[in-house]
Amino acid sequence: EALVINDPDFQHEDLNFLSRSQRYEQAIRKSSLMVMKLREYGIADPDEIYWFKSFVHRGRPEPLDLHLGMFLPTLLTQATPEQQDRFFMPAWNLEIIGTYAQTEMGHGTHIRGLETTATYDPATQEFILNSPTVTSIKWWPGGLGKTSNHAIVLAQLYTQGQCKGLHAFIVPIRQMGTHEPLPGITVGDIGPKFGYDEMDNGYLKMDNFRIPRENMLMKYAQVEPDGTYVKPLSDKLTYGTMVFIRALIVGDSAHSLSRACTIAIRYSAVRHQSELKPGEPEPQILDYQTQQYKLFPLLATAYAFHFVGAYIKGTYHRISGDISEGDLSELPELHALTAGLKAFTSWTANAGIEECRMACGGHGYSRCTPSCTYEGENTVMMLQTARFLVKSYTQVSSGQQVTGMVSYLNDLCRQRIQPQHVAARTATVRINDPASLVEAYKARAARLVEAAAKNLQAELDHRKSKEDAWNRTSVDLVRASEAHCHYVVVKLFTAKLSEISNAAVRAVLTELCLLYALYGISKNTGDFLQAGILTDAQVTQVNQRVKELLATIRPNAVALVDSFDFNDVTLGSVLGRYDGNIYENMFEWAKKSPLNKTEVHESFHKHLKPMQAKL
Amino acid sequence: VNPDIASERQTASFCVETLTAVLDGGTERTRRRRAVVEAIECDPVFSRENQYFQSQNERYEAAVRKAVHLQKKMREMGWTEDGPEYKYIYRALAGDVAFLLHHIFVRSISMLGSDKQIAKWIPLATQYQLIGSYAQTELGHGTYLQGLETTAVFDITTQEFILNTPKISAMKWWPGDMGRSATHTVAFAQLYIHGQCYGVHPFIVQIRSLRDHSVCPGVTAGDIGPKMSFEHADNGYLLLQNVRVPRENMLSKFCEVQPDGTYVRRGSQQINYFTMTAVRISLISDEVIIPLMKACTIAIRYSVVRRQSKLKPGEEEAKILDYQTQQEKLLPQLAAAYAFHFISDYLQELFDKGYREIQRKNFDTLPELHAFSSGFKAMVTQYCTSAVEICLRACGGHGYSLLSGLPSLYTKILASCIYEGENTILLLQTARFLTKCFTAARAGQPVPPSVTYLAAVKPGTCPAQNKLDFLNPDVYTEAYQHMAVRLISSTAAKLQDLIQSGVQKHNAWNQCTVQLAQAAKAHCHYITVKNFAETVEKLETKAGIQKIMKHLCDLFALHGIFSNAGVFLHDGYISGAQMDMVTASYLDLLAIIRKDAVPLVDAFDLTDKSLNSALGSYDGQVYQRLYEWAQKSPTNTQMSPAYEMYLKPLLHNSLSKL
Repeated sequence: EALVINDPDFQHEDLNFLSRSQRYEQAIRKSSLMVMKLREYGIADPDEIYWFKSFVHRGRPEPLDLHLGMFLPTLLTQATPEQQDRFFMPAWNLEIIGTYAQTEMGHGTHIRGLETTATYDPATQEFILNSPTVTSIKWWPGGLGKTSNHAIVLAQLYTQGQCKGLHAFIVPIRQMGTHEPLPGITVGDIGPKFGYDEMDNGYLKMDNFRIPRENMLMKYAQVEPDGTYVKPLSDKLTYGTMVFIRALIVGDSAHSLSRACTIAIRYSAVRHQSELKPGEPEPQILDYQTQQYKLFPLLATAYAFHFVGAYIKGTYHRISGDISEGDLSELPELHALTAGLKAFTSWTANAGIEECRMACGGHGYSRCTPSCTYEGENTVMMLQTARFLVKSYTQVSSGQQVTGMVSYLNDLCRQRIQPQHVAARTATVRINDPASLVEAYKARAARLVEAAAKNLQAELDHRKSKEDAWNRTSVDLVRASEAHCHYVVVKLFTAKLSEISNAAVRAVLTELCLLYALYGISKNTGDFLQAGILTDAQVTQVNQRVKELLATIRPNAVALVDSFDFNDVTLGSVLGRYDGNIYENMFEWAKKSPLNKTEVHESFHKHLKPMQAKL
Repeated sequence: VNPDIASERQTASFCVETLTAVLDGGTERTRRRRAVVEAIECDPVFSRENQYFQSQNERYEAAVRKAVHLQKKMREMGWTEDGPEYKYIYRALAGDVAFLLHHIFVRSISMLGSDKQIAKWIPLATQYQLIGSYAQTELGHGTYLQGLETTAVFDITTQEFILNTPKISAMKWWPGDMGRSATHTVAFAQLYIHGQCYGVHPFIVQIRSLRDHSVCPGVTAGDIGPKMSFEHADNGYLLLQNVRVPRENMLSKFCEVQPDGTYVRRGSQQINYFTMTAVRISLISDEVIIPLMKACTIAIRYSVVRRQSKLKPGEEEAKILDYQTQQEKLLPQLAAAYAFHFISDYLQELFDKGYREIQRKNFDTLPELHAFSSGFKAMVTQYCTSAVEICLRACGGHGYSLLSGLPSLYTKILASCIYEGENTILLLQTARFLTKCFTAARAGQPVPPSVTYLAAVKPGTCPAQNKLDFLNPDVYTEAYQHMAVRLISSTAAKLQDLIQSGVQKHNAWNQCTVQLAQAAKAHCHYITVKNFAETVEKLETKAGIQKIMKHLCDLFALHGIFSNAGVFLHDGYISGAQMDMVTASYLDLLAIIRKDAVPLVDAFDLTDKSLNSALGSYDGQVYQRLYEWAQKSPTNTQMSPAYEMYLKPLLHNSLSKL
């Protein structure tokens, strides 16, 4: 980290004052430099590259993201040795800059619906690539607009008159040397977005564009010279990359939320407003219960997600060894779990970041507080998890045991025989014991999974079509997934506590863990009440305890965000400075605004003055 | 027209044109609104075509150009600022115009100035011989006015006030039009006479020369830099160092400093609150509900054009609006847009009535109006902000493109949660009013009509037997009422307990604020549901209008119960089994309203130009438009220097450097 922050090459003007073109240019400059430096320091481990990257770009996406994050890894995993010889070294040396073109204008998460075609022509031994409709134009890939000269394009393969489904092709899109688009290729930038200004997300349209047969990535599926199609062994392998990306997103959510909390909590300790007691000076806004109620649960959430991210990454590394040895048995659960957790954490983190922004009042609205709002189609993610949960539930109902995070479903059968079991548990929820709260969350998840599965079954009994039934239950299914993920987060946070040896740290993290769990209950009292997990009186106690915890955490609040150890430069926020000298710095910052470049703005002469003269 | 959207319009269960007239308040108003919108949109000066590609400087310049042109246009068309057209003009311009603060400057002088001051300043302002701003907020101080630090010291010898910014946190920060445009401002400062402080007062201060627009001596002013939105506005800062203004520049309708330094207060200051009340109420309809309507229009139209995955194997990909989860995201927001439209009509009526009373010097309705405007401003802005965000997210990747129009709607509406009073503080003001009324009602004293329900305690339980019972407005309105009473009474009781156990009053208050804010929201939610149900009752039954509005009202109410299940279950008013009925009815409604979703947004009658969205236009040609607009992006039309400067060396020489 220090390596980057102290390197003068990576310094730049405040991005907030730059236009998109300038921001793109800065990003390219830094990416180019970064690649050089990576080589210079000999950094090659993907995790290290990732950290290095995140410090160079301060957590912002950059045009070479897709080259490093998708193009190179895809070559490694899906190219034949011959193809690696041809493409990998030039790509590693950045003669080839690639991107990964999957999403189309009309098609996103459901990749089987993609329309781009690659038709094999045995006469010339080439694939003919086409974007047959407007909706099939590749749209969004990062680095595609202006930066890349190659793309891995996902297209429907047609050979011998038959569609063989989606396959990946290496497509050159710009002339090496001049960087002009090749004939048959239309490529450009998709225009401004809500953030991601430095990224040239692009579009790509192909008209009868021909590439040699050897440009199809053929480690698994193959097309022989005569057009014969050879099937791959397993199609689950491609999920591995997705799991990895999702694991990173969970970590990112924790990271962004911690950053927002740092800014909001430091600002709240510096900002004074109104009066609590008549006649006294304006108190720090962090002393107001409503402000604590906004921020501390988010602080707890940031810590919780941090532990979840670490857990997934660990699990991924553990499992990926098995995967490369062909053992795919743990992949379904991991795939299901990361889908839901990705959705759950990015939903919560995005909402949390907005909360933090609002908690800073008008100044939070100023661009000196950075934002990060990206999410894929989270509902689809949640439903993937739900599918796994329902499958596990069905297994349990048919007498099979399930393992892993869903093993709580095993208990459901027993409970059905003794319905008082649930009622009996009510009295035993101890609201000051994290372990007991984990049980409460577990019970809620079990109930919601069961309810969703039963509603699904009821719909199935009513209607013939499985798909209609699934659609008519999907709201319930999403709730079940959320409850499951919520349970997993509480469980992992609680499990983490016992690993901490320092007593003071454990004490404060236990408070945060309790706050996270209890706040979650107070926001979802309906579920807990309806399932009979908690009584009215206990809910009242929970609400009371949440407020007590706010006061307990208050003295440690600033120390807890300091522990995230964000450098002022990384935070990039005037409000979140470590030294708290907010007002002086806001003034300094504003003076740099382009509107202030001249004392009298040109529009005075252009518009105001003529009007005043005329009226 | 895209066939996917055309087919949606075939099956409307009601007449779209009739519903539009209901929303406008009559066909005559619809006609007039359309005429104004047409006149504005046909004028190329007001075009917003390239807005998403413009820099802050360009946006500012366009806003000034439009504001200047608007003066001309208004004279040409015979529109006036207090005429019925003004609202529609503003709507058509989507707020993208400068000098909005100039109007507040004018309004504050006419409300707070003496007759003499009005005679002097108002003609100058209306003829734009000067451009005004309104400088209240400081860098370190917002909603809490008494905390402002700018000072105005009266100097008897010269009969002037000396204005100063004593420290950095006292710098004026945020006022619109002040960064680059304004020549004058109304600045709020602590008044000192003979060393004694008399509190915050408004002063007219000249900040820029009327001749060459350079800043006046002692004044430092500029733009505060980029924000999440409002790129077109030059929100500014202002630092005053021994700036002198004549004694006559203190706005003195209610307070005056006489030449010898005697301070005179006259009349009631309560009326000051009335300005804020008025602003908050008009804000709800102009700045909050219309953006939500736009967001719903864009997201719903896009959702019938976008196809994703297959519902059934072998069929073509399904419209995403056919997915229950997509309906569950968007349709409650649509219902909310209607609910809030009707509540805003209701507030406007209440306000007009109150205003007539006040003109008769009867200030009795002020506290209620104030509480209403604060609570609803907070509740509606908060609700609509998350609703717009849901719409944005429901459009997946394309929603994230600025060309969808959704990001700018979102960043703009987000600001509404902050300006004109931070929402939490406003909710607590409403809560203060509610607890006061609650205590009074319980003691048998008279309370304003909107809160008489607090007197009636009915413990009981919800009488619903099956899911259809929850489609009875009496059943759900009752449930909301019960919930609001419970939250208010339990918080009031807790507050009382704390005070009786010896906790100081203000500490007790702070310890209850989380619940107080919740109680205030519950009250507003209840009134919204009740008003929606009553409005539906009164609607004409012909043309299917009442029927579809009844569905929306049911959806709005049941969505609220479904998503806040805990507070309804808490004291057992609604049982677990009944909650399952609520859920079932709620999900059934989604499928029913789904069929009318597009006609329901068509009824908002928002033109393509006002939506300014590649995803939301009437004809549903989403993809063609997206592609066309992207090609216009300057990143595509201008040569990027990045290739020559950085990429080329990287691509060509990297090997040698490794």
